[in-house]
Amino acid sequence: MPELIAVAMSGGVDSSTVAAMLKREGRNIAGLTMQLWNQRRLPELASEETGGRCCSLDDVYDARRVAEHIGMPYYVVNLERQFEESVIQPFVSEYLAGRTPIPCTLCNTFIKFDQFMTLADSVGAGVVATGHYARVTRNVETGRWELRTAIDFSKDQTYFLWGLSQAQLARTLFPLGELTKSEVRSLAEGFDLPVAKKGESYEICFVPNGDYAAFMDAYLHEQGGEGAAAAGGSIRHTDGRTLGQHNGAHHFTVGQRKGLGVSAPEPLYVIATDPKTQTVTVGSNDALLRSTLIACDINWLSWEGLAAPARARVRIRNRHVPAPATLYPLAGGKVEVRFDEPQRAITPGQGAVFYAADLVVGGGWIE
Amino acid sequence: MHHVYFDHNATSPVAPEVLRSFTAAAAEVYGNASSIHYFGQAAKQRLEAARRQVAARIGCAAQEIVFTSGGTESDNLAIFGIARGKSGAHVITSAIEHPAVLNACARLEREGVAVTYVRVGPAGIVSPGDVGAAIRPSTVLITIMHANNETGAIQPIAEIGALAREAGIAFHSDAVQTAGRIPLRVADLGVSLLSVSGHKFGAPKGIGALYVKKGVALDPILYGGHHERDRRAGTENVPGAVALGAAASLESGWPAIEPLRDRLERAILDRVPHCRVNGSVTHRLPNTTNIRFDGIEGEAMTIALDLRGYGVSSGSACSSGAVEPSHVLLALGLNKEQARSSVRFSLGPGNSAEDVDGLIEAVVESAAHLRRISPAFSDDRVVAHA
Repeated sequence: MPELIAVAMSGGVDSSTVAAMLKREGRNIAGLTMQLWNQRRLPELASEETGGRCCSLDDVYDARRVAEHIGMPYYVVNLERQFEESVIQPFVSEYLAGRTPIPCTLCNTFIKFDQFMTLADSVGAGVVATGHYARVTRNVETGRWELRTAIDFSKDQTYFLWGLSQAQLARTLFPLGELTKSEVRSLAEGFDLPVAKKGESYEICFVPNGDYAAFMDAYLHEQGGEGAAAAGGSIRHTDGRTLGQHNGAHHFTVGQRKGLGVSAPEPLYVIATDPKTQTVTVGSNDALLRSTLIACDINWLSWEGLAAPARARVRIRNRHVPAPATLYPLAGGKVEVRFDEPQRAITPGQGAVFYAADLVVGGGWIE
Repeated sequence: MHHVYFDHNATSPVAPEVLRSFTAAAAEVYGNASSIHYFGQAAKQRLEAARRQVAARIGCAAQEIVFTSGGTESDNLAIFGIARGKSGAHVITSAIEHPAVLNACARLEREGVAVTYVRVGPAGIVSPGDVGAAIRPSTVLITIMHANNETGAIQPIAEIGALAREAGIAFHSDAVQTAGRIPLRVADLGVSLLSVSGHKFGAPKGIGALYVKKGVALDPILYGGHHERDRRAGTENVPGAVALGAAASLESGWPAIEPLRDRLERAILDRVPHCRVNGSVTHRLPNTTNIRFDGIEGEAMTIALDLRGYGVSSGSACSSGAVEPSHVLLALGLNKEQARSSVRFSLGPGNSAEDVDGLIEAVVESAAHLRRISPAFSDDRVVAHA
């Protein structure tokens, strides 16, 4: 029998189309869905409209229907424990330490690839396929596996994929990287997939409505703590004035404008948060601009490393247009990024991803 | 691919002769068994004949059989029928019961009934002494399963029955894994209530029975007409009952499975290092073995075996279909990791020696592969992210 490919199924159009494409090619495939989060937890966050959609039964139902439609075996595997340890707990502790981590990168690196590949291995699948919009190529000269942005740059998901290792890239298929979203939709319709008309689920996530602070308060309460909301402190302007009080620095994110609870003649933005003193600093938009950042825990992809300063484009959040910069190697494998133009709201805890044209050369966490 | 079934404790195929009775009854008898006309009488006759067959199988009077939709309803009817509405009353059960019992008891607790969950040791067997020690003046019900669905461990029901009789307490046993499979007589067990499920021994899903000893007062859980002597409202499922009766009349092929189960178990223990049987190996169902493979995710092995054509189980599925660590194995004293590394093989009368030999090879190869890539689902990954 040909080599088994494990397809990561979310119940959405993208992963369903991947499965159908591989099936049409005559590949030996099995669909797997990772159950990462128990929807019965944190019921205070649940609501009809805004409930977190991660691992919802509806999505599992859809994935199962798709698997039946295209004729492949399908399994749901419980990885709740691994998700809690690798994503939720680091996310919460980082957030409480005043950084703004993106759970998506943790989830993509440690769950969607690390754990999924282990799972694929254990069921005998040497190759995995996902519905990410990205491309993998091999450099014939260096022998290195390369990650490239999707042809459809508006759908590109490489910002979340910089943590992939060479070994992981070597056995990963991203069949959608060469397609536009509308091409994927028409393929899905051509395959007559039951989810062909399903709406876009931007970030299927365990945090309802993107309200990370509410999630953390509920989570810490569940864990028996008092909840981060027990803390509180003052809101200070960069000019030194105290403008008001807040009920927990973790409710604020660098760059945030709405919901500050203070009035001022000019628009104010969160410039910094300090969890130790519980001080939230606000100021004008200009105060958000920074020209440099330091990235740590670097994972090099198409480059083997950084011996001397080099030019690259650097992305500091998803949907951020990669900005021209020079990368300087620092001790301990860290990288200093000096942008040609100051960038707005460089946020500790998020990823910084380095690009050379369509190549992802590496990435790291913003200190 | 050829698929072979080794998950009979989850459910079993319908026996061919039972299927014939079932389809014949569905086709021929369409009257409502409560109607007084010819059509109703024909249905009633089939229903009562089936009731006699089921009663004969477990050694009770036909009037003591209440047809239900299956094991879960039987368990709920027994538990709520005895203990609901008795705030301040006390119920004794065990930590290894099926969710149909445990969740019914949890519901009673929320309604003001006290519940004692008797623990078990590594053999997975309830001690009658522990049950006796848990009895209080307010105890109204003891409910202990006959054989455990995951380990197959058979419980000392007769001893517990004697205690219950002496104390004058209603005694229910969830016999879903034993009734129709291995010989049992309600009088020998000393039970006042006993749950039976059709699909565990050759009848289709959707039919079961509750034995209710004469004189035991039981409140209904469904409200409607006067069916089943006011104990279970709802138009009788005559084809289902006929099938249950037919299955109850079959000669059981289950005890004869034991040598095949032993062959499977011995081969796995001999050929796969670091594995052991969970629970008692002396007091258990003839078709069940539950094996712990240290360092292996049972769920992964289950999927790997399925992809090779063998259907086994690694615990009960939650609503999404993902597997949760077994509360039964945790109750035996296994830690979560050990519980997750366990796989249940439950054979049935349709399994052949060739099937078993094929399964053995698949398990040996799959275990070797999973150990090669071990530690599977490693816990020691560091989230490098400071």
